[in-house]
Amino acid sequence: MTTPVLEARGLVKLFGMVVGLSGVDLQLYPGEVLAVIGDNGAGKSTLIKCLSGAMVPDQGTLLIDGEEVQFKRPQDARAAGIETVYQTLAVAPALDIASNLFLAREIRRKGLLGSVLRMLDTGAMRKQASDYIDRLGISTLQNINQAVETLSGGQRQAVAVARAGAFGSKVVILDEPTAALGVRETGQVLNLVRDLREQGLGVILISHNMPNVFEVADRIHIQRLGGSAGVITPKSHSMEEAVAIMTGAKKLEPAQI
Amino acid sequence: MDGPKGVPVTTDTTRDTPPPAAAPLDELRGRPVTLGQKVHSVLHRQPALSPAIVLVLAGVVFALLNPRFYSLQNLSLVAQQVSVVGSLAVGQTLIILTAGIDLSIGAIMVLSSLVMAKLVFDSGVPGALALLIGAVLAVLAQALNGFLVTRIKLPPFIVTLGTLSIFTAATLIYAKGQTIALPQDSFVLWSATPIKIGSLNLTTGVLLMVVLYAAIGFALRYTAWGRHLYAVGDDVEASRLAGIQVNRVLLSAYMVAGIAIAVAAWIVCGRVAGADPNSGTNANLESITAVVIGGTSLFGGRGVVLGSLIGALIVQVFDNGLALAGFDPNYQVLAVGVLVILAVSVDQWIRSVKA
Repeated sequence: MTTPVLEARGLVKLFGMVVGLSGVDLQLYPGEVLAVIGDNGAGKSTLIKCLSGAMVPDQGTLLIDGEEVQFKRPQDARAAGIETVYQTLAVAPALDIASNLFLAREIRRKGLLGSVLRMLDTGAMRKQASDYIDRLGISTLQNINQAVETLSGGQRQAVAVARAGAFGSKVVILDEPTAALGVRETGQVLNLVRDLREQGLGVILISHNMPNVFEVADRIHIQRLGGSAGVITPKSHSMEEAVAIMTGAKKLEPAQI
Repeated sequence: MDGPKGVPVTTDTTRDTPPPAAAPLDELRGRPVTLGQKVHSVLHRQPALSPAIVLVLAGVVFALLNPRFYSLQNLSLVAQQVSVVGSLAVGQTLIILTAGIDLSIGAIMVLSSLVMAKLVFDSGVPGALALLIGAVLAVLAQALNGFLVTRIKLPPFIVTLGTLSIFTAATLIYAKGQTIALPQDSFVLWSATPIKIGSLNLTTGVLLMVVLYAAIGFALRYTAWGRHLYAVGDDVEASRLAGIQVNRVLLSAYMVAGIAIAVAAWIVCGRVAGADPNSGTNANLESITAVVIGGTSLFGGRGVVLGSLIGALIVQVFDNGLALAGFDPNYQVLAVGVLVILAVSVDQWIRSVKA
C-alpha cells in the first residue's frame, strides 16, 4: 500500500504515574476511514489529542506523508493539514453558515480596503462556502446566510464537518461526531464522512456507536488499556468480536492483524 | 444513541439503519408562517429594529403633546445631551457583546476627563498632549479590566465593580474636591465648538460621537476582529476550538472600549467647560441602559452599535419630551425603567424561539 498520510510510531504519554498511552502505533492512509474504538480510559482521547496537537506525547514520532513532524499546539496540526471536529458542536450560533465555515480564517478584500481597512470579502466567503456545501451535497443547508442557531443539531454538526473538510487538506479527525445526534442526523453526518473519504482525505472517526463504526469504517483501530489491541476490518470481524477485543474478553490472534 | 460505554450494542437490526426519510420535513416547510413567526424572524435578524420603532413612536407622541419637541433647536439640544452617554455606550456595547459588563466605564471617563483638564490647568501642559495622556490613561484602565478578566479569570461584573470603586476614589483623591474651569480657547474644550447648520445647532462633540459610531460599527461589521468579537461573546469554547485567540479578542475589546471612553471624556470636558469630579456618577448605568434598550443581548454575541445610539436617544427623548409635555421629571426615570425591562423581555423572546 501507499505511504500513510498520517502515521504514529510508539506514542507514549504519561500522566504522573498513570500511563495514558504505552507505545501506540497507528497508520492512516489517504482515502480511508479509520475508526478508533475503545473503552473509557483506553487512551482514545489521549491518542487523538496527540494527533491533533492538543497534547504533546512524551515519546514517539508522528509522520505526515512519511516525514517526521512535531505538533506543539493545535495550530501546528492545522497548518499541516489536520482538522479536528469536536464532540461539542463547535460553532458560533448567532453567526451564519458562511461566517462559521471561515471563522478564524476570514478572507479579506483585495487592495487598500483589505490591507488598510482590513475589510472582509463577505461575497467571496459566501460564494466559496456555498460552492463547497453544494459539492458536499448537504442539501439541507439551503441558505448560506442562515444563522447556525436556526439549524438542527445534525445540520450544525454538518457545518463543523464541512469546515474541517474544507480546510483539512490531508486528515480530518472526528471525535464522537454523532454522540449528540438523532438517527436521521447521524445518517447525514456519516454520509459526509463518506464524502470526505471520496475526496481522498484520511478520516479518523472516534465513536462508541458500533453500528456507525461498522457502517462507515474501512479499518478499525482498537485501543485497550493505553495500548493498541489491534486493527480489524468490518469484514474480518463482527461487532460482538470487536466489543470482546475492546473489553479484553478476547485476544486478537497475531495472524489476523 | 449508543448504549452506555462498553455495553455491546449488537442487535443486527440497528446495523441496517434505513436512509433518513426527507418527506416529513418538506411537509413541515410547506406550513404557513404565522405573523408571530414573521415578526420574530425579522427582529432576530435586525436587533436595532425594535428600539428604532420605539424611538419613532416616542417622537410622534411627544410631538403631539408639545409641537416644540420637533423644533430644530430642541432636537439639537437632544443631540448634544446624548453625546456623552452615546459615546460611552459604544464602549459598553463592545464589552456586552463579549457577554461581559462594564460597571467602571463612567468612573474611568470622569478620571480621564479630570486628568485632561488638570494637566492643562495645574501644569500648563499643551491641550493636545493633555488629551492624549488622558486618552492613554482610559485605555490603560480598560487594559487593567481586560487583564483581570482574561488572565486572572475573574467575572467582568466583579472586576469592574472593584475598578469602579478604585477609579472613583482615584478621581476624588486627585481632584481634592475641586472642579476645574478651563479657558474657552483650550484644545481640551474643542469638543464644545458649535457647528451651525441653519437652525440646527450641533457641536463638534456630536460629530466626534458620530465618527466613533461609524468607526466601531464598521469594525464590528466588516472586519475579522468584529466577527471574532461576536463569536467569542456567542460561544467562547467554540471560538477557541475554531482557532480564535479568545483572550486577545477580549483584551482588545476592553482596550477599544477605552478609546470610546476617551472620546466621551473629551466631550464631557467640553460640556462642563473643564472637569467636575462629581459629574457622570450615573454614566455607568446610563450606558448599560442605552445598550440594553438598544437591543444588544446581555448574554453576548448579539446586537449592533447603532442600536445603542438609538437606545441612548430613546432615554434622552423621554427625558426631553416628558419635560416639554409638563410631566414631573420622576416619570422619566419610571419610563426608562419600564423600557429596560421591556427591552430585555423582547431580547429573551428573540433568543428563546429558534425560528
